[in-house]
Amino acid sequence: MTLQEAKFEYLLRLGDSSLIIGHRLSEWCGHGPILEEDIALINIALDFVGNATSILAYAGQVEGKGRNEDDLAFMRGEREFRNLLITEQPNGDYANTIARQFLFDTYMFYLYEELKSSKDETIAAIAVKSHKEITYHLRHTSEWMLRLGDGTVESHERLQNGLNDLWMFTSEMFDMDEVDAVLIKDGIVPDLNKIKASWEKRVHEVLAEATLQIPTTTFKQKGSKEGKHTEHLGFLLAEMQYVHRAYPGAKW
Amino acid sequence: MNTKEYSSEQIFKLLSEIPDPEIPVINIIELGILREVKFVDEVCVVVITPTYTGCPAMKVIEDDIKIKLKEIGIDKVKVELVLSPAWTTDWISDTAKEKLRAYGIAPPDHTSVDKKVLLGKARDLKCPLCGSKNTEMISQFGSTACKALYRCLDCKEPFDYFKCL
Repeated sequence: MTLQEAKFEYLLRLGDSSLIIGHRLSEWCGHGPILEEDIALINIALDFVGNATSILAYAGQVEGKGRNEDDLAFMRGEREFRNLLITEQPNGDYANTIARQFLFDTYMFYLYEELKSSKDETIAAIAVKSHKEITYHLRHTSEWMLRLGDGTVESHERLQNGLNDLWMFTSEMFDMDEVDAVLIKDGIVPDLNKIKASWEKRVHEVLAEATLQIPTTTFKQKGSKEGKHTEHLGFLLAEMQYVHRAYPGAKW
Repeated sequence: MNTKEYSSEQIFKLLSEIPDPEIPVINIIELGILREVKFVDEVCVVVITPTYTGCPAMKVIEDDIKIKLKEIGIDKVKVELVLSPAWTTDWISDTAKEKLRAYGIAPPDHTSVDKKVLLGKARDLKCPLCGSKNTEMISQFGSTACKALYRCLDCKEPFDYFKCL
């Protein structure tokens, strides 16, 4: 695998995860449990989509086949997407969304912290910019973990259920393959084992403070790195890509 | 009209007439969005940087810049978006901060990113309307990506706070 191939693949992993979780969050628009949360989730969705725009634009440049960020976002099928499985999981109830966001935000926070010192200047620049935003996201979701976990019996149960359901999707966040190996060698991306240690520490701390149990699920669902997704991604893409595909080249 | 009639400094100054689309009391220079104006092979290159990566105002600002330059006869314009160095609220000038306050938005403190991150306490903010420090945060996220929502417990007015970034 060449450096260029590895970089393109890695950028798709980063960009697709942001794009898909951003789109999921945008589904809350007009449905938030309270007005402030409705606004918050959409603000966060916007950050994710903004991050995806920068990363996919760069992915297109690295690939060198003339594809831009819109081509990559709207003209690929589900087997070509490399987003983590956790990012495509449905919103469920509000506790479910918070659980998903918390697990992913924590991951993104530590990953981008490392990417800030990437030897690739563009990746580093995007990481510096995005890390500032992720910091706010993580603070927001961490606070809601406490409010719901250490809240009422009902909120506690719902959040615990959400965590239990999502836990099997967390292990693939730290899986590494040839793509990682090639890029780690050149100091472009970090070793995910390092991220895993920080992630576990933070997640365990917040769960403990929120009186939540660490899920005991040992089953690990993986597949995103080979484009094997859960059944939810196809439906999401059908909605997200519809206009772009129905009116090719449309401008306004 | 020929582009050579204008220096990049003059154009930079001219572009200061463009207000931020979402906070029209301050312009794009005061906000720190406009980074540089230069001429490359007869093309006027205007470099801007977003406050937030997904800021929807960037497209509007780009269009405003092109319209402004067209008015003085400059057609060959390229607006470049750069991410590095990353925009920070520290780039908002003091005069601009005062304008924000007068407009009803509590300006950001001079501290850049709050590194303590997680579960950080909301800071004590002065109400931009009555000056009371008896305020509380309603939401970390407000009407635009760059603002948080607060309320004053004395004058009872809600207000926006321009988040430190």
